[in-house]
Amino acid sequence: MSPGGATGNSLITFQGVTKVYDMGKEQVHALRGIDLHISPNEYISIMGPSGSGKSTLMNIIGCLDTPTGGRYEFEGELVCDVADDKIYKMDDDQLAGIRNSKIGFVFQTFNLLSRTTALRNVELPLIYAGVPRRERLERAYHSLEQVNLADRAEHRPSELSGGQRQRVAIARALVNNPAIILADEPTGNLDSTTGQEIMALLDNLHHQGNTIILVTHEPVIAAHAHRTIQILDGMIASDVLTTNGQAGQL
Amino acid sequence: MIEVLRIAGAALWAHKFRALLTTLGIAIGIFTVGVVMAIIEGLNTSFSEQISSLGSDVMYIDKRNWFQGRAGWLLHRQRRNIGMDATDYILERAQYISHASPRIYQRGNLKYEDQSLERVAILGVHADMGVITGVDVVAGRYISPIDTKHRKAVAVIGHAVRENLFEFKDPVGRKMTINGRKFLVIGLLDKQGQMLGRNLDNMVYIPAETLLKMFGRRWRNITIAVKASEPGLLAEARDEVEGIMRRYRKLRPGEENDFAINQQSSLQELYDNATGMLWMVAMGIGSIALIVGGVGVMNIMLVTVTERTMEIGIRKSLGARRRTILWQFLVESMAVSAVGVVVGFGLASATALFIQKSTPLAARIPPTWGLLGIGVVVVVGLIFGLWPAIKAARMDPIEALRYE
Ligand SMILES: Nc1ncnc2c1ncn2[C@@H]1O[C@H](COP(=O)(O)OP(=O)(O)OP(=O)(O)O)[C@@H](O)[C@H]1O
Ligand SMILES: [Mg+2]
Repeated sequence: MSPGGATGNSLITFQGVTKVYDMGKEQVHALRGIDLHISPNEYISIMGPSGSGKSTLMNIIGCLDTPTGGRYEFEGELVCDVADDKIYKMDDDQLAGIRNSKIGFVFQTFNLLSRTTALRNVELPLIYAGVPRRERLERAYHSLEQVNLADRAEHRPSELSGGQRQRVAIARALVNNPAIILADEPTGNLDSTTGQEIMALLDNLHHQGNTIILVTHEPVIAAHAHRTIQILDGMIASDVLTTNGQAGQL
Repeated sequence: MIEVLRIAGAALWAHKFRALLTTLGIAIGIFTVGVVMAIIEGLNTSFSEQISSLGSDVMYIDKRNWFQGRAGWLLHRQRRNIGMDATDYILERAQYISHASPRIYQRGNLKYEDQSLERVAILGVHADMGVITGVDVVAGRYISPIDTKHRKAVAVIGHAVRENLFEFKDPVGRKMTINGRKFLVIGLLDKQGQMLGRNLDNMVYIPAETLLKMFGRRWRNITIAVKASEPGLLAEARDEVEGIMRRYRKLRPGEENDFAINQQSSLQELYDNATGMLWMVAMGIGSIALIVGGVGVMNIMLVTVTERTMEIGIRKSLGARRRTILWQFLVESMAVSAVGVVVGFGLASATALFIQKSTPLAARIPPTWGLLGIGVVVVVGLIFGLWPAIKAARMDPIEALRYE
């Protein structure tokens, strides 16, 4: 069922993870029991119709959100274990610590600080990691070089194109050498050419040994990944390995 | 920490006009307190300088209380005058009093050659008065017991009298007239300055007995200045003098004193009461303005936090801890109130300077201002910034990111 989990060297383990939004009158079941194993250096795409729970899943993986049921381990460490008789959840600051050192987020809307230069944006995770200033600026600059934006280091987001902004966001996601990069519709706001540039960057990062999960609606984008998970109504409908960047069963 | 300051600075700069408006309340509070402090400080300096010429260990026995206002004055007018013999009466009996001298006031017109001076204070005193007032004689000598005994027509003059009457000539040995009577100038006093609007240098001291003989002894009320033998025994001296004066006045036990013992400290008390009131009013206005200003800071911080929900979400998604966000906004609210404090102090200093330049009041800027300012920044910033900062720190990252 979970091809990647077979190796036993698990980066992420989900057991029966559920997410229910309590809206007072009614309850929204965003996730209805997800079992998932993800190993280091996997390249995964998550697909599914709108409202199926893809973003919810990504947020839980990224420790931005916590499940209302089930068990989640990250690198063997228990993030959350919620059942009828027990509740264990990491506290806010522990989750922040994981987000800071282990997770790199790339959002559809870029989520850059608008009043701040590209370099300063990329530097942010390092500030919260307590890295000294000189090293911080060096690493942020290096990160921008990796996405070919070193010459735009002092530009503000408003002075950059959409593709460039997303590259800044990727540089920011990379800067702390995270265990996993999570990209929720990273090309959703970009035209297809620019989208392909971003995907080329992600492919390259995967080559360098990074673990990547991306959410997309576009099969062309999904085809870059080596494993595709289909979500339907809060459940995993299919989870297949694809070879040579070619979509398997779609 | 430096990073937090930088962020706060940038955030403030982005809304500089708004920050300035918000902090107006704080600025007004600081300004009010600042100006009043400057004025009081100025008053304090000149006041304590001025009343020190009264002497802290000196008491003035008079039939009326100097500090009782008009009503008291009318009441005390009925009292019997104190006579010349009271001085010796006290000196003979008191243990704790080392010096005593009468002090009789007479207004006089002075003349020397073609120069004249009108309405100068002529004081009839004894030799002890020189010690009691503690003023140096810079030329010649003070009045001696022999001068008083023989009712000599000699005078010791103040600095202003010398300047106005004798100009740059050495006055000692020269003859002048007081109300037409010839006097020999025997001494010149050191410069003393002002006391409560009176120029202490525009005075002439002559033997008390001479004054009575030449200018009449009827209706004379005499003040007696006494000096405690040791400054530490002032309270004892006061009690003793009170007892002696009661005997001198032949008062029965239980009967009220029909004289008053005036001293520097009672003047100081009067002054402290007056400035104390001023303080209270300033503090009242100041703290109301600070509270209003603080609420302004809180309001602006709540707006800021809401406006920057997205930013908070981004920071949190990148691993900012609650404490980090909390501090970011606390520092920002402290920075906002710091702007107010700086503006308030700036205005207050300018006003103090203006007062100093345009009035005789020595409005001074006390060094404690710096401390007060820092205290206000910390307290107002912390108290009124706390709730917005907690609100920011507690935000859920997902909801914050979704906020638009
Ligand atoms: N904060 C929330 N409160 C209530 N319901 C929510 C909340 N967030 C998500 N949901 C619901 O959970 C379900 C899954 O949402 P999610 O955002 O994960 O979908 P998605 O697969 O990412 O959709 P899309 O492709 O449109 O981004 C939806 O039905 C949504 O309405
Ligand atoms: Mg989504």
